[in-house]
Amino acid sequence: MWMLELPPFTLFFIGGLIAAMTRGKLRGAIMVAIPVISAIHLWTVPEGIHLQLTFLDYELVPYRADKLSLMFGYVFHIAAFISIIYSLHVKDTVQQVAAMFYAGSALGAVFAGDLLTLFVFWELLAFTSVFLIWARRTSRAYHAGMRYLIIQVLSGVILLVGALFYAAETGSLAFGYIGLEGVAGWLIFIAFGIKCAFPIAHTWLTDAYPEATPTGTVLLSAFTTKVAVYALARAYPGTELLVYIGAAMTCFPIFFAVIENDLRRVLAYSLINQVGFMVVGIGIGTALALNGAIAHAFNDVIFKGLLFMSMGAVLHMTGRINGSDLGGLYKTMPKTTILCIVGAASISAFPLFSGFVSKSMVMSAALETGHDWVWLMLLFASAGVFHHAGIKIPYFAFFAHDSGLRASDPPNNMLFAMFISASLCIAIGIYPAALYSLLPYDTGYNPYDATHVLAQTQLLLFSALAFVWLNLRGMYPPELRSTNLDVDWIYRRAIPAALQKVFAVIWKADGALRQAIRGKLSQYQSAIANKHKGLGGLLSGSYPSGNMVLWVAVILASYLFMVFIG
Amino acid sequence: MDTNKTKDKQYLFDNPKNIKRVLYTLYASCFLLVVLDFVIHRHVYHSWENLPLFYPLYGFVGCVVLVFVAKWMRTFLMRPEDYYDNPKDDYDIPDDVDSEHTLKNAADENTHKGQTDQTTNTIGGHDVDA
Repeated sequence: MWMLELPPFTLFFIGGLIAAMTRGKLRGAIMVAIPVISAIHLWTVPEGIHLQLTFLDYELVPYRADKLSLMFGYVFHIAAFISIIYSLHVKDTVQQVAAMFYAGSALGAVFAGDLLTLFVFWELLAFTSVFLIWARRTSRAYHAGMRYLIIQVLSGVILLVGALFYAAETGSLAFGYIGLEGVAGWLIFIAFGIKCAFPIAHTWLTDAYPEATPTGTVLLSAFTTKVAVYALARAYPGTELLVYIGAAMTCFPIFFAVIENDLRRVLAYSLINQVGFMVVGIGIGTALALNGAIAHAFNDVIFKGLLFMSMGAVLHMTGRINGSDLGGLYKTMPKTTILCIVGAASISAFPLFSGFVSKSMVMSAALETGHDWVWLMLLFASAGVFHHAGIKIPYFAFFAHDSGLRASDPPNNMLFAMFISASLCIAIGIYPAALYSLLPYDTGYNPYDATHVLAQTQLLLFSALAFVWLNLRGMYPPELRSTNLDVDWIYRRAIPAALQKVFAVIWKADGALRQAIRGKLSQYQSAIANKHKGLGGLLSGSYPSGNMVLWVAVILASYLFMVFIG
Repeated sequence: MDTNKTKDKQYLFDNPKNIKRVLYTLYASCFLLVVLDFVIHRHVYHSWENLPLFYPLYGFVGCVVLVFVAKWMRTFLMRPEDYYDNPKDDYDIPDDVDSEHTLKNAADENTHKGQTDQTTNTIGGHDVDA
């Protein structure tokens, strides 16, 4: 069947082209239909290499399907479908087209079987998604988008250099297990790490995501980091370093999230925290840990999307997103409130919600392999994520003090998209076997034993108790209009300021030097001119008029001479 | 038209009793979980889990520490909301390529040079004329 050789991204790219040329309901219908058709097709695709070609001396595999890539393929289809429904009301062609190409690029990347194809989609991810940020059309969004683009493209360039080194070292471009050996391994690791929002390289995410459009952020949260997680899971499973990087990723963002005012930035920090759990799972590298990482990526796309959608709905309806401006919205946005709470319960990993069935796999794997301290960090991060994403987000947006805002629930398409996500969160939480059957390994893991459920519930409810206690005592940090410095301060303030100073010194020195040389030159010039004054020499400042008469005579004589010759 | 109606309407948590109810439910569940900790026989994967009430204490203490550390972080990380937006900031000058800021700034630096240029020329010019 010809469809078999058609990589999943092609349909989305075609859809993007159609979206550029159509308007209104027709565009909406086509855009919704594409992920559905593509998903049905993907469901029938067997594992294996479906497309292969030779480029120069290298085998390129633009379409390779195995359990790992199929899993990400499925969830990307779900995410694309939900986000498209969520953004059906958007009339901005730029956003709609960018959404299709962005989702297509993510699919292209996870089905890429060689590093060159991966690189192409890696860069396409950056170039297509940046329009979702710029589409906000504010100066902040423009600058944030620029910084985002520069860092993403940098990641791609490092990937390309790494791929070239890899080709030189191994003679092949195949994208499989790479490992941290040699220059190539490290370069590719760094490239993946930047896109995966490793600590210090994470600020592109917290900088740019909250500046995107309400619908754009939902898409952004689904694809870029998850493609990076996929790439790490394929190339670096069992890399010990990842355990520690991941553990750091789970812990440090929660501190920033607690004091952050922009609720979508809070979610961006919690996105890094969740990706941290996946990175730890990949680093541990056992069957259970990898399953946990992949399952958590799957769930995270859905519940983080749900949370971003609920905050997008708040932004869309009220025009505000800062915790200090919001509050009391449950009164007029009851549906959004409930859907947001479902997302919050899922990300906090309450039993019967999707986060629980995947996060616990990573935690169990950490204990099994003797990573005690990492396990403690993950436990702390689990309590922390409940604190900032589970409680803070719904509490400051929908409850807390009454802001006086009386916005109604968002348009039906937005509510419906959130409803699908919320249903999936609960369905996966109640019946995890469906999700587990899609995972690459069969581990027979059961999340619902009494020990786990009790421990997790205790952890969460006592975290809630801490929140209540701090709040009643007035010790909880209030939401303040503020910017909190993060690593991006280095390239947004420190380096520009330092360069400014350095260049100021250079220009000053340069100006002084030029002035000194000019002064000297003109001194010499006038001195020489004075010396030869009135002598008619080559260097004198003025000439006697007799000289001029002589030269005129010479010219006339030469004319006469030429006439004779002619 | 909705706003008129909603102004008088009593919402769920406008009544302080309902807030109390939610809180008491939470306290009761926490108490229940503490009791269950001693009733249910748990599989222990790690010696730390043997400590009575390990998870509840860890959750509570963890969150309090989290909040206090975060509060302390505010003392040196917090800046005004428009910290990065301020057009007078150094940061914006290299970023806004060819904007007025750059030109103004360049003019400041170049005024000296411009003057020196002129003076040298006039000196030269005088000499030529003389």
